[in-house]
Formats: sequence, C-alpha cells, structure tokens
Amino acid sequence: MTELKDGCVKPTRGPIVAPQPDTATATSHPGEVRSVRAQVGKEALDFEATAFLPGKGFGPVRLSEYKGDWIVLCFYPGDFTFV
Amino acid sequence: MHKEFEKLGVTVLAMSTDSRFVHKIWQEQELSKMVDGGVPFPMLSDGGGRIGQVYGVYDEEAGVDIRGRFIIDPDFVIRAAESLTPEVGRNPAELLRQIKAFQHVRATGEVTPSGWEPNEVTLTPGPDLVGRVWEVWKP
Repeated sequence: MTELKDGCVKPTRGPIVAPQPDTATATSHPGEVRSVRAQVGKEALDFEATAFLPGKGFGPVRLSEYKGDWIVLCFYPGDFTFV
Repeated sequence: MHKEFEKLGVTVLAMSTDSRFVHKIWQEQELSKMVDGGVPFPMLSDGGGRIGQVYGVYDEEAGVDIRGRFIIDPDFVIRAAESLTPEVGRNPAELLRQIKAFQHVRATGEVTPSGWEPNEVTLTPGPDLVGRVWEVWKP
C-alpha cells in the first residue's frame, strides 16, 4: 500500500455514486437535478480518497474496503486547528 | 481511547480538506505529542470538499468540512450522524455508547431506551409492550 513515488498531484475518484436505475430517470421530471446525499438509515455513499496511513505511508482509501466492519467516519475542519 | 474502538471492532477514518502531506506533518509535529505514538487511524484527504458535500458537511464559504461524524454498520448502512460547527469538539464517550447500543440492537433485535448503557434494561417491541413501557423502564 505504501507508495514510495508520490507526486504532488494525484487524482482520486472522490464520491463514487452508483448510476440511478432507469426507472428512476424515467419517472423524474425533465431538467430535475437528482442530488445524492448521505442519509441516516440509508446505505453509505462510497468514495475514494488519498490518505496518510500512520506507520505505512500514503495510499488511496476506499470506504467500501471496510464494508463488513463497523466504521466511524469523522470529518473535521483542519489540521493544526484548535479543537 | 482508540483501544476502546478496537475492542468493539470499529474502524476509525478521519477526513479533512487538508492534503495527505499535511496530515503526515501534523501527526509528526503535534498529534504525536498529544497521543502516545500518534493517532493510529488513516487520515483521509477531501481536497475540494467533494466527499463532504455528499455527506452534507462541507461549508462552501469556509472551504472546509465541519465536524461531521457517521456510524456505518457492517451492512454499510449509516446508523447515526452528528454535525457540529467547528468550535465545539466531539464527545467520544457518547460515540462509544451509541456504537455499543447499535451493536446490541443488531445482535439481539431489542431496542435501547434513552441514555442506555450496556447491561441496563432494553425493550422488546411488540403488541404486549404498547402502553406498558412505564412498567419496565423508569428513567
């Protein structure tokens, strides 16, 4: 998983949203923007992000790698901040 | 504290809009002085806030993810969510309590009343319990 060569810029996939089934698009109104949002009680939205892996280095992390485990996903405003 | 999460079989993932390089230096310069050996969990980068956006925690004006926290069960279903504006920190004890409660519910099919802690009384939903919660659970 450790990437020894890791350039400045590395694309990641970010949110990975499954395409809507045809039935959903057929019933939606023309021009309607279907926004997909994480919601309690619904399936988590998968994503891939670059990451610092303590003791290992850098590597991509995909949320669905951990499917089958209990996961706590914590967002926070920034490194080197105060709280 | 992380030992508690390990005991419950929980994977912790942290995410901010900082790059993986900044995460590494934060770990080396500061976190390792707060936590023995530094934090053990992956620190993910949400450059551009695209992931925070779909999780409803991205503050576009500030360009950062606010303090959002999600519990995801082994079926990949989101069981709990909490968002705080940045100036107040989280309560890990409450997070642990919620994980224990969700794990108990998943294992037993019982439900847990307000403020439930392990080994306290749970409720078994069904026709017999309707109107009789007061008999079995006294807050």
